[in-house]
Amino acid sequence: MALIELSGIERRFLLGDTTVNALSGLDLQVDAGQYVAVMGPSGSGKSTLLNLLGLLDRPNAGSYRLEGRDVTTLSPEEQAAVRSRRIGFVFQSFHLVPRLTAAENIALPMMLAGIAPTERKQRVAQALADFGLDKRADHKPDQLSGGQRQRVAIARATIMQPALILADEPTGNLDRHTGDEVVHLLEALNGNGVTLIVVTHDPALGARAGRQLVMEDGQLKHDSAHAPG
Amino acid sequence: MRPADTLRFARDAAAGYPVRTALSVLAMSIGVAAVVILTALGDGARRYVVGQFSSLGTNLVIVLPGRSGTGGFNPANTITSTPRDLTIDDAASLRRLPSVRRVAPLAVGTSEIAHGGKLREAMVAGSTAEFLPIRNFELAQGNALPDEDWNRGSSVAIIGAKLRQEIFGTDPAVGQLVRVGDRRLRVIGVLKPLGQGLGMNTDELVIVPVSLAQAMFNSNTLFRILVEANSREAIPAARTQSLELLKQRHRGEEDVTVITQDAVLATFDKLLGALTLGVAGIAAISLAVAGILVMNVMLVAVTQRTGEIGLLKALGASAETIRLAFLAEAAMLSGIGALLGYLLGQLGAFALRLAFPVFPAYPPSWAVIAGLSTALATGLLFGVMPARQAARLDPVLALMKH
Ligand SMILES: Nc1ncnc2c1ncn2[C@@H]1O[C@H](COP(=O)(O)OP(=O)(O)OP(=O)(O)O)[C@@H](O)[C@H]1O
Ligand SMILES: [Mg+2]
Repeated sequence: MALIELSGIERRFLLGDTTVNALSGLDLQVDAGQYVAVMGPSGSGKSTLLNLLGLLDRPNAGSYRLEGRDVTTLSPEEQAAVRSRRIGFVFQSFHLVPRLTAAENIALPMMLAGIAPTERKQRVAQALADFGLDKRADHKPDQLSGGQRQRVAIARATIMQPALILADEPTGNLDRHTGDEVVHLLEALNGNGVTLIVVTHDPALGARAGRQLVMEDGQLKHDSAHAPG
Repeated sequence: MRPADTLRFARDAAAGYPVRTALSVLAMSIGVAAVVILTALGDGARRYVVGQFSSLGTNLVIVLPGRSGTGGFNPANTITSTPRDLTIDDAASLRRLPSVRRVAPLAVGTSEIAHGGKLREAMVAGSTAEFLPIRNFELAQGNALPDEDWNRGSSVAIIGAKLRQEIFGTDPAVGQLVRVGDRRLRVIGVLKPLGQGLGMNTDELVIVPVSLAQAMFNSNTLFRILVEANSREAIPAARTQSLELLKQRHRGEEDVTVITQDAVLATFDKLLGALTLGVAGIAAISLAVAGILVMNVMLVAVTQRTGEIGLLKALGASAETIRLAFLAEAAMLSGIGALLGYLLGQLGAFALRLAFPVFPAYPPSWAVIAGLSTALATGLLFGVMPARQAARLDPVLALMKH
């Protein structure tokens, strides 16, 4: 069964008098456990697509089924619950809360979900160990390197054991070496069965994915899954 | 989110911006401190006045000669232009009333008192043995006036502490003869020093038997009759019964005025209570201002933390969770401010009491409760708008603000 089914998705933005078709007539299916790279020129709608998939945004038309359930008709509170349990985000600029330590940032989704402190502690300790952050638990984000920050962000994205991880240019703010490290971490998660969708400008990184999507003007221009030959 | 987590999150968020947090806590605490100190002042004034009146004696009903006040037209009053004397016998008759415990007639005047070459002017009060207990006066030395026929005054006197000091110095006063006006009187007692109160200064008073005073001042009328009712509840009965009896004795003419200490006291009590309330109201305005400041601080916080709010939403926070977190922060700012203000206010009231020991500057508990709850309520009320604004933010736009 497909994890994600998009059909006839439209997303328009009003900019003054003109309408921007950020996404138009988009159909897409992603199976559970796939590793998908989304590429395309700037302004082609990659981030808009990711926001829709992550239930941060709603389409103007079309339907979105996640794990067989139509999620576009859910109330905001229900969508928040789906984000909490099923989806993890990794951002280009890390988005850590500056006043919280690495451990507290990782625990944040569990705290928001109302998970008991003892269980939180246990899972954070495990995550810190898994991502090689044991010695950084009590460091604030500004005391961490870029690579460490992104590792904290990935630990945070996975702490609720989501089915889907959405990463918008996760290596965009990192040098080649640390960027590769982060990619390997994400790929390891995918290896454990988590569906991974990565937006990237880097063709080499895109080529590593099992499936490549190329977008242009809000439409799918190329999908390696349906490519001729 | 768990309530404990919400509180901790709000606390950390507030601690993350120390300047704006300190500012709003300060504003709130000044508001609450103002309420506490100003009401302590107002209520202190009320207590001071009430205390002064109470020292006149308890359960007191006072009879004055002559008709005053708004009794309406009374044909009896038009026949005799001058009121009848209020006599010692009138006073004595009041003792039979069931609601009355004690009665003391009072005649006053000024005279000179002399002994051993020293001479000075003094207030002379003519009364009876029960004058001292009714007025709550106490003797430092000697005895009270003799319990004798009110119309037959012995030649004795009780003098105030200051008079004793000025006339006798360190010599014993009790048993000595003094000249008061043209009479020679034996000092039988000395009053304890009381200091200046409302009414007469007892430290410079000479108390003599009432008939003696009337003879000295060549007058048949009393200045007052002090009537002590059996109890607080008996005061209205004592008042009407006294009035009725005196009217009878004066051939149906209502030519005396009876006032109760309670009525006078209640007027002052009301007046100063209203004053305190007004002052509290003015101080409450500063609380409202503090509430508005908290609102602004929280609005700034929402703008400052827009990116964070977007992130929280992406991580699965519901609008409710975010609203509660910001509301908790506003409540915390005003709560801590209120508590701090309460302590500051109590400290201020304490300083006032140290500086003016006679002035009981205690904030009334209603003011403290009202001040604290107004602070919390305004903090919450003005916290609602920023919290809703935070909860309504579009997560995609909010995330771009990082
Ligand atoms: N909130 C918005 N309001 C108006 N227009 C928007 C908004 N968000 C996106 N757009 C427009 O939609 C189109 C797609 O934007 P999107 O951010 O998805 O592009 P992108 O492919 O992620 O580009 P980049 O590679 O630069 O990140 C762009 O033309 C953009 O200007
Ligand atoms: Mg983008």
